[in-house]
Formats: sequence, C-alpha cells, structure tokens
Amino acid sequence: MDTKKMAIIATKGTLDWAYPPFILASTAAALGYETQIFFTFYGLQLVRKDLSVLKVSPLGNPGMPMKMPFGPKWFKDINWNMPNAIQAIIPGYENVATALMKQTIANNGVATIPDLRDLCQEAEVKFIACQMTVELFGFEHSDFIDGLEYGGAATFFEFAGETDVCLFI
Amino acid sequence: MNFDKELDARGLNCPLPILRAKKALAEVASGQVLKILSTDPGSVKDFAAFAKQTGNELLSTAEAGGEFTFFMKKK
Repeated sequence: MDTKKMAIIATKGTLDWAYPPFILASTAAALGYETQIFFTFYGLQLVRKDLSVLKVSPLGNPGMPMKMPFGPKWFKDINWNMPNAIQAIIPGYENVATALMKQTIANNGVATIPDLRDLCQEAEVKFIACQMTVELFGFEHSDFIDGLEYGGAATFFEFAGETDVCLFI
Repeated sequence: MNFDKELDARGLNCPLPILRAKKALAEVASGQVLKILSTDPGSVKDFAAFAKQTGNELLSTAEAGGEFTFFMKKK
C-alpha cells in the first residue's frame, strides 16, 4: 500500500487556531501519513522560537465561551461574555483571556502548543515557511525554529499535488 | 488479558492518547500486546479508527467508572 499523504496550509497566528494544524499533523503522522505543513501569513507565528506571541482574543469572537478555569462549579458555569465595545477598552484584556485559556487547556489535559509542535517534529512532519511572507512581515530566519524549510507556492504544490488530504486552516 | 506493556493515558485529551500509544507500540515487538488506560471518552472511537488505519489489532475495549481500557496487538 502506498503511503498516504496530507498537506496543510496554516494561515492563522493565534493560540486557538494553532491547535488544528498541529493536532491533525501529529495524528496523521501517527497514522502513518507523510505530512507537511506550509506556514504562511499569520501562520508563521506558529513556527517562531518564541511562542508567547500566540494569544487568544474574545474580542469580535462571539463563538468563544468566556468561563473561569477555577472555583466551584456554579462559578465556572458563568459565561462572562460582554459587548465588544467594553472588551476593547480594557487594558490587557487579551493577555488575561490568554492566561485563562492556557489554564483551561491544562485543566482539560489538552497538550500545549509547544508540546504538539515538538511531537510533530519528532514524527518528522515537514515544516515549510513561506519565504515571501517572511520578508513581507520583516522576519529573520533566526526568529524561527530549526528544521524549517523556506519556499513558495510552487514548493507547496510539489507535495500537495500528490496528497490524499489537503487542508487550508 | 496478558499484555507486554502498559500505557497510562488517563487525564490526557485528544490527540495525546493516540500519539502516546503510537510511541508505546514502537517499543514492543510485532505480536506483543499493549494495554492502554484512558479517561478521554473520544478515545473509544479514536482507538478503533487508529487500529483500522494502522493495521494494529484492537483486541478489546472496556469501560468501568469513566475509565477505558484497551488492549492492542502490534501488527
């Protein structure tokens, strides 16, 4: 049987959107897929050495429940969603939301992004960074982890054209 | 049931039980049995799907008090 293949284009640079590409890629690798992720635009944030740049914002995100990761059950069940106009003027709002999200992630036994990224690399998931966006955003190669390859759209298609699963995230 | 290696994936959530199982299976020989403990309700379907796609045989699945026990035989 031929080895199955999966390609993902990762375009989002927030903590919440970091999960789908790394979860799917690590799982695909565990299932025996040859897997590649192409990081472009904001997705480049997922391959930075410093992952503390990844935040989650409830602002303009009506689908995100705002629940506290501590306290008694009745307290945890309260949804603290508030109007965008109020969220927007609270200093440090994103940092607080991100800290609470990280605590919720830990409480639920969900892997951290650095862990999932390491698992992908251990499983030989190939990471490709979009060279054009690296330049566009003024990044240096030294901003990114080791083991990255740099390439463009043609590089992506070289592998993507032969895949069984191809996702844009 | 007899087993050759045990993996405690309790408290871990998707996709960690599968990733840890994959790792543990790499450490046993073909035909040996891995016992897996999990508390993730999603792992029941996931281990069945993992077995189907990798060719490792899921010998049994059991649930008791919110804990799941799987026996998987390496291909």
